[in-house]
Amino acid sequence: MSDSRFRLPTGGRIRRDRPIKFTFNGQVFSGFEGDTLASALLANGERLTARSFKYHRPRGITGIGAEEPGSFVELLGAQQSGNQPITTVPLRDGLQARSVNCWPSAKFDLLAINQWFARLLPASFYYKTFMWPNWHVYEPHIRRVAGLAHAPGTDQVPGIYETRYWHCEVLVVGAGAAGLMAALVAGRAGARVLLVDEGEEPGGALLGRRDRINEQPALDWVNSATAELDAMPLVTRLASATAWAYREGNLVIVTERNPTKPGIFQRTWRVRAGQVIIASGAIERPLVFHDNDRPGVMLASAVQGYINRYAVLPGRRAVLFTNNNSAYEAAADMLAAGIRLTAIVDVRPVVPADAAALVPGIEVLSGHVVESTSGRRQLNGVRVRTLQGQDIRLLACDLLAVSGGWNPLVHLFSQSRGKLRYDEGLSAFVAAQAHQASRCAGAANACFDLPSALHDGASAGTAAARDQGFVVRPAALPTAQAGLAPSTQALWHVEPARASDKAFVDLQHDVTVADIHLSLREGYGAVEHVKRYTTAGMGIDQGKTGNVNVIGAIALAQGQPLDKVGTTTFRSPYSPIEFGALAGARGGSVFLPYRHTPITAWNQAAGAVMYEAGARWRRPGYYPQPGESFQDTVNRESLAVRQNVAAYDGSPLGKFEIKGPDALRLLQMVYTSDFANLEVGMGRYSIMLTDDGLILDDGVSFKLGPDHYLMFTSTGNADEVYRHLEHFLQIERPHWRVRITPVTTAWSNITLCGPQAREMLAALGTDIALENSAFPFMGLRLGQVAGIPSRVARVSFTGELSYEINIPSRHALQLWETMIEVGKPLGLTVVGSEANHVLRVEKGFLSLGHEVDGTVDPIDLGMGWILSKNKADYLGKRAVMLRRASGRPRRELVGLLPEDPVKLVMEGAPITPQGDRQASEGFVSACVWSVVAQRTVALGLLTNGRARQGETVFIRMKDEVVRATVTTPCFYDPKGAILRG
Amino acid sequence: MLLIHCPHCGPRNETEFTNGGPARSTRPEDATHLSDAAWVDYLTVPNNPMGWVQEKWWHNRGCGMWFTIERNTVTHQIQQAPDHVG
Repeated sequence: MSDSRFRLPTGGRIRRDRPIKFTFNGQVFSGFEGDTLASALLANGERLTARSFKYHRPRGITGIGAEEPGSFVELLGAQQSGNQPITTVPLRDGLQARSVNCWPSAKFDLLAINQWFARLLPASFYYKTFMWPNWHVYEPHIRRVAGLAHAPGTDQVPGIYETRYWHCEVLVVGAGAAGLMAALVAGRAGARVLLVDEGEEPGGALLGRRDRINEQPALDWVNSATAELDAMPLVTRLASATAWAYREGNLVIVTERNPTKPGIFQRTWRVRAGQVIIASGAIERPLVFHDNDRPGVMLASAVQGYINRYAVLPGRRAVLFTNNNSAYEAAADMLAAGIRLTAIVDVRPVVPADAAALVPGIEVLSGHVVESTSGRRQLNGVRVRTLQGQDIRLLACDLLAVSGGWNPLVHLFSQSRGKLRYDEGLSAFVAAQAHQASRCAGAANACFDLPSALHDGASAGTAAARDQGFVVRPAALPTAQAGLAPSTQALWHVEPARASDKAFVDLQHDVTVADIHLSLREGYGAVEHVKRYTTAGMGIDQGKTGNVNVIGAIALAQGQPLDKVGTTTFRSPYSPIEFGALAGARGGSVFLPYRHTPITAWNQAAGAVMYEAGARWRRPGYYPQPGESFQDTVNRESLAVRQNVAAYDGSPLGKFEIKGPDALRLLQMVYTSDFANLEVGMGRYSIMLTDDGLILDDGVSFKLGPDHYLMFTSTGNADEVYRHLEHFLQIERPHWRVRITPVTTAWSNITLCGPQAREMLAALGTDIALENSAFPFMGLRLGQVAGIPSRVARVSFTGELSYEINIPSRHALQLWETMIEVGKPLGLTVVGSEANHVLRVEKGFLSLGHEVDGTVDPIDLGMGWILSKNKADYLGKRAVMLRRASGRPRRELVGLLPEDPVKLVMEGAPITPQGDRQASEGFVSACVWSVVAQRTVALGLLTNGRARQGETVFIRMKDEVVRATVTTPCFYDPKGAILRG
Repeated sequence: MLLIHCPHCGPRNETEFTNGGPARSTRPEDATHLSDAAWVDYLTVPNNPMGWVQEKWWHNRGCGMWFTIERNTVTHQIQQAPDHVG
């Protein structure tokens, strides 16, 4: 175990009284509470922390926050999670982490051999090389070597994911100087404010610097500002919370990684804000030169942050390479911490005097650049020259701090569809024109120095509160010392000495300047094309540090200004978000909850095997008795219906009351049949088509009175039918006077069926006359059943005499239990959907989803009679006629009898000519053991099937070809005498 | 996600609504006398304009109301529109 050789004896925001032990790549280290994994490893002198994505080059820690492009880790144990930037992992007791993308370890990585073949692995190498026979053959192997973290082995996290909806007048993203100021102003004005910050503690960039506000350390002001905000009842403040998406209607999605409530692992906030203030700060750009990826090359602001926030020295002997003034402030802090600064390499021909004054006695090489670096697993020196290539020097160092200027973090602003413009003076893209009620503030608005950031934050807070209708009184701003003007001179990359030099623009995806040039040479010149060709900016870090350098490299090569090149689209998420955080609590059965009938609990107690019967309804599949096989149970239940009497719970059927003077007009329009002559108390079976002539649903509608109908639909389609009807009424015929009320769950349905059904209903006790003449097939009668007001309908899905007793749902269980008792002497059997399926196949009745699959029309099903010729128009009529007019052969519904009478054929099995492997001429839609035929029977759709009765067809199964005879699609009571009896 | 103003419930998330298409009928009144080509056009060629459209939305996971809004298909802006009937 290493000691903390690079930790300063005092300072920093770490808790030295709280040491923490952690494991990195199997080795135990120690750090302190307040450290990140990155700062603790640097304190232990660990420099090589990762291997690169493609070439497996040694990589170290480059940044200090979410911008980190070099080192990603996988967390193990209870906190398991993949692909975390090493800089954003807070140190916790027992933390276990390992580098991604190296094997067996970052220091000894066998795959590092890739770097010797780098010349053979240009951009798009994988796509170009692994094309035969196709990419998918190679993909798993390539993923293994070029991959990222492993998927977590279990789905267990300590606690739950939660989603919360939030509404506020002002959302402030970022709790740095500008964000805090904006929140204070808006909060004092009385606005409902949500302040979110991705850091564990507020302060933003102030945490890594030694600024002063109101003549005190700036963090004292941060503490008093947060204390004031926390005391405001209408202000909510979140830490460790990243705003990662900005959508339409000022919807911002925030994921909080460390909610204070125990038991919650992560919480995602969906925030609708009146105004959004984006005070997300700025990110320093790296500089691009040969071997700029060596461990020891670090952003100057990150060096400054590690010193001030974590009391860590990222190196002892440093060179600083810059194109702007901000790095001189970092250099002053480096000197104060005792780092030996060999030289400052500044590309600018003249260094401003106020900048040079910060580093007295340090050699400043103006007009110079770093050409390349040296070292093996970590940096040991840099090669410096003038911009024109003279005065070459080799400088020994173990740390190279780089500063290529600053990029305001305009990700969220751009996601909100705000427009950006390129600022020549700052060499950066800045917010130009908002598209929604949002504004950038502080460094995100290119106000880099502290007084202007505070002022800009206050202005944004004032404007946002005023736009929300609040009165804002002017108040004095905190005072702070003005910093240096940036004075940035753009330097997109240092010209390499040799063509094979590797100057990285995207460290994470190993994209070099040469890759960009290759992309341009091959004709992929637009910035979005360069991105896709080279994959620059497509990594986990989303190119936070690299993208503007990519744009600069394109602009240089094409000889055009950066605003002509433009940016790629900024997409969410801003930083990686776990799938669990997106799903929230909507896992498992909560994702799509089940619907239950009042009989569900009884069914479960009775040992029913429960199925999902469409539209998430739970229905019994079958009721096995001890010692029965599945087939035994289904046969017993089916025979009970055919020979005696049975009952099933039909409550999930869709039910709609249709009322109004135009009710009949509506039915005439949406059904294929003619309902004009339907009498009160009678119903009609019909089919509903969409306007493209395909079957939407089938069902029976009854006439309850003049202008009053009760419509039944299939279970799975009830919602879709309702949408269809309402859409037609609201859009096409809004002046029709008719209303539709869904009553699916208001009315439960208990169906009695079988030869003894009439006796069973009589035994229950009813005032409805049951003889066939008084209550014929397709009739509906109102009355009492077992003392409960009921609507009893004589329809049949089984082909037997059948009564559907519709009762208000609150009485359903009572009627069911009464029925079970009363039915005992009659041998009443309860049956599930499996038996129903057998019985309807025996009858050749339709089942949507089996015979009706979105390609068939009624004529295909042998139901041309259901298309009324009396009606001039109904939905779908014209399309059916059009399709018929083509004369092309259609697949038609047929019965199929397998030659082997005990052979069950899988549903969906294709029928092909001679059973050969060729285009199918149909398929088997259902196949069951028929209790009446005592053999297997099947239904299917077959090309020109009706004309092919008696023919033998061939059903291709996985291991065999089954021969079957084509027959009519009805195996029981073809004349329907029984169900009318 | 759009924020849609239901006249009855106020501003609500898009997920509570179902889009009902253009605010006015697109189905030819007299299907029988239309040419085949015109009918196929109606079935298969949806209008998809750029810019402001008037469209119906159904608050089916809320109060069940149907109403008309004006929506800009380019910018996602939404503004209230007089409810067009028929």
